[in-house]
Amino acid sequence: MRYLPLTPSDRQAMLGVIGAKSIDDLFCDVPAQARLDGPIRGLPNHASEMAVERHFSELARQNMTASHHPFFLGAGAYKHHVPASVDHIIQRGEFLTAYTPYQPEIAQGTLQMLFEFQTQVARLFGCDVANASMYDGSTACWEAIGMAGRITKRTKALLSSGLHPHYVSVAKTMAQYTGDTLDTSLPELSAQTDSARLLAAIDGETSCVVVQYPDILGRIEDLSAIAAKAHEHGALLIAVVTEPVALGAIKAPGDMGADIVVGEGQSLGVGLQFGGPYVGLFACKEKFVRQMPGRLCGETVDAEGKRGFVLTLSTREQHIRREKATSNICTNSGLCALAFSVHLTLLGEKGLRGLAQLNHALAVQAADRLSQIAGVELVNDSFFNEFTLKLPTDARPVVRALADRKILGGVSLGRLYPGAAALRNGLLVAVTETATQEDVETFAAALQEILA
Amino acid sequence: MNSINQSGWKPEMGNAGDTAPATYTGNKALMLEEALIFEIGTAGTTGVDLADAPQVAARLGNLERHRDIGLPGLSEPETVRHYTRLSRQNYAIDLGFFPLGSCTMKHNPRLNEKVARMAGFADVHPLQPVETVQGALAVIHELAHWLITLTGMKAVAMSPKAGAHGELCGILAIRAALTARGDARSVILCPESAHGTNPATAAFAGYAVENIPATSEGRVDLAALKARLGPDIAGVMITNPNTCGLFERDMREISDAVHAAGGYVYCDGANFNAIVGRVRPGDLGVDAMHINLHKTFSTPHGGGGPGSGPVVLSEALAPYAPLPFVTQDNDQYRLVEEETANACHPDSFGRMVAFHGQMGMFTRALSYIMSHGADGLRQVAEDAVLNANYILRSLQDVLEAPFAHSGPCMHEALFSDNGMAEGFSTLDIAKGLIDEGYHPMTVYFPLVVHGAMLVEPTETESKATLDQFIGALRNVAGRAKAGDPSLKSAPHHAPRRRLDETQAARKPVLVWREPEQAVAAE
Repeated sequence: MRYLPLTPSDRQAMLGVIGAKSIDDLFCDVPAQARLDGPIRGLPNHASEMAVERHFSELARQNMTASHHPFFLGAGAYKHHVPASVDHIIQRGEFLTAYTPYQPEIAQGTLQMLFEFQTQVARLFGCDVANASMYDGSTACWEAIGMAGRITKRTKALLSSGLHPHYVSVAKTMAQYTGDTLDTSLPELSAQTDSARLLAAIDGETSCVVVQYPDILGRIEDLSAIAAKAHEHGALLIAVVTEPVALGAIKAPGDMGADIVVGEGQSLGVGLQFGGPYVGLFACKEKFVRQMPGRLCGETVDAEGKRGFVLTLSTREQHIRREKATSNICTNSGLCALAFSVHLTLLGEKGLRGLAQLNHALAVQAADRLSQIAGVELVNDSFFNEFTLKLPTDARPVVRALADRKILGGVSLGRLYPGAAALRNGLLVAVTETATQEDVETFAAALQEILA
Repeated sequence: MNSINQSGWKPEMGNAGDTAPATYTGNKALMLEEALIFEIGTAGTTGVDLADAPQVAARLGNLERHRDIGLPGLSEPETVRHYTRLSRQNYAIDLGFFPLGSCTMKHNPRLNEKVARMAGFADVHPLQPVETVQGALAVIHELAHWLITLTGMKAVAMSPKAGAHGELCGILAIRAALTARGDARSVILCPESAHGTNPATAAFAGYAVENIPATSEGRVDLAALKARLGPDIAGVMITNPNTCGLFERDMREISDAVHAAGGYVYCDGANFNAIVGRVRPGDLGVDAMHINLHKTFSTPHGGGGPGSGPVVLSEALAPYAPLPFVTQDNDQYRLVEEETANACHPDSFGRMVAFHGQMGMFTRALSYIMSHGADGLRQVAEDAVLNANYILRSLQDVLEAPFAHSGPCMHEALFSDNGMAEGFSTLDIAKGLIDEGYHPMTVYFPLVVHGAMLVEPTETESKATLDQFIGALRNVAGRAKAGDPSLKSAPHHAPRRRLDETQAARKPVLVWREPEQAVAAE
């Protein structure tokens, strides 16, 4: 077995030192009825590297890959070109095979990277501080709702209908157990968001208003009025960003008054990966930092006065506070945070703005092209790199028919909102720098043919 | 045992390190200082080449960003060098022995990295039509089959993102099962030696947490547990093997008693590596157990995640498993989501994450599992337990091993700092080990032992590595017993000396600010 270095004679010698006759002696505390006398039956035995690789190659071939087909899916996971050096850096063993930096003297690499990451996220979101990452955007969103409850001592959260339906589902699951009330509704296939509903519903019992920016249908709306109304009533505004590249083109939520900004960092550095692992982003105003969930990295000095970094404010966390912790979270998404940070360092201000501009321009062109097709309407007035089309028919079979033609042509709202008849003709289309003019043409021609 | 440590930074040889002149750069040959990206990058620098954007009228809702973001850029060569230099300030499994108890820092095979990066897995979107991702669903289904079979359970929830998230999944399933039968129970019992995540999880799910006492052997006190069971107990959360490194001999009796009282048994599977292939938790009456794929099944820890924490479930809890999950009909794999759940899985407690879980970890874990097979996994447990017992018995004459009398340990050996010189403690021993080129063991956990040192060698270490570590730890323990003052200021040879954590917490500096701003803020 190639990963096990002990030899049979090592094992004998070690048993001698221990004073055990056989390996079975070491398992003597396992009750007899639970002891297995040999390898579990019905499972294969060990396999060579070549055999395992071959098995995976065969399975991998059965999937339609984003890079080799015209590809227009988004809805919370975006395809961007990831520079080759990102993957090289995250595969360095010193990052890949390190643990959480609990011994800071020999973990400065991870800690400095996290400090840089926190600063990048805080600046991108227009917030004072950010944490060292969360599992993903959906769990970060729920943790933000929980944090708002701790700060305001209220339990009523108001969720925009433009919030990703999976994020809403996660919050609903959790709220069943915490006693929080969630005020939710379904979006409409319209250029208008439900901000009027939100503004009318905010009152003295509201803990927070949660708004996605750009929202699930791709619409972009100024958050200032909602922030002002929320603050007037002692509530917090939580903004959710599922496509951080957008912030290279549009105002940061923090600059419009959001108190907590969370997001999904997948679109920078991480890749699609069939949904995970991704990286949750979490930033807020400085005054709320002690109510934040998750790990935080902070600057300090060592015994010789040299700058260094440590995990800090851990008295919020489960390993110290146990049942009184701000969250049960123990792991962050360190390696994905590294990928995000490396990609953003490669881009820099100039690159991120250029990338955002390119995404928006290509999306505008694609939206104009696709909405020329008879019966297809563009729902959005505003959007970044993703917009919603209203088709003359249920979008789900259309998406499947496109896939039959080897085109990955967006996400049907029927998939995201099963049972919502008013939404089923909606098709979400994302256009990033990876989509060529030819891809858009192929997509448009096929869509026209399918709808004809 | 006083040989030179070949596996990490060189130990002190004479006083050369202390008398060397300071360098102009602050570097020490291969030990290179590195500034922050905010100090070396500029807003106008970029490491990517982009096509020019076509000219279009913007449709950004009049929300164009005008203010600078404040993101420095680096060219590609500068980027690669920056992160390479940072990486060299990290300890890692690839570099040396990493006996962090309860964390299972085993070798991460590179085959797993290779298969996870195959375009068919890495370059597919979670919301593609299921017909276009049959191979990806097959990976999830195959891994699920292995996990169910290895644990002797009924079902597995694959979507939890990490161990603590898996705990939450298990506790929510228990609460859903109790709610379904109209039984509002309010208390979860946890041993004092439990991971902090256990009480934090139970509290999050709305339960009061009460401690279960331990025996002098370091195991759950069965009589005390039985005495506390009653109609208010929703369940117990027990780690097995436990955090003292011992197998809970009475696990079956515990499960039977809890079930008889109407509760459920959650097993924290953080330590599954000790028993994989030799014991099936399902045979011990467990109702739910998370499996840290980043521990037992060797997906890389990545400096603190991403993890992955699938939860195996008993027949009693399976109906409440979260969405989504994968099923197989003839040759087709299906994804059960909200739309189809009503028909086939109506009692699910809901969704825990967007999308389907940690696919990138599923491919790696399945690759690891297939490489070992049923026979190899059994050998994993045996070698992990053998290595830990070898360490326990090789050190118990110099370090107090509070439960050495309780029988063999499982995958980790627990020591205390009793018997050190006045003023010397576990922290000093840990920092001394850093100078010897090791990552220290887990320290001050579990809380039930004074100055706990929890050593988990794992099965991927050779006898020679263990012998050298034993020698190094005997040496450091000897210095701590003798009161060697140089140990109080260790580490001497790491990229940093001891860091001031008190200052970091008192005046938190969590983001970088331009120096003039930083001064102005004070």
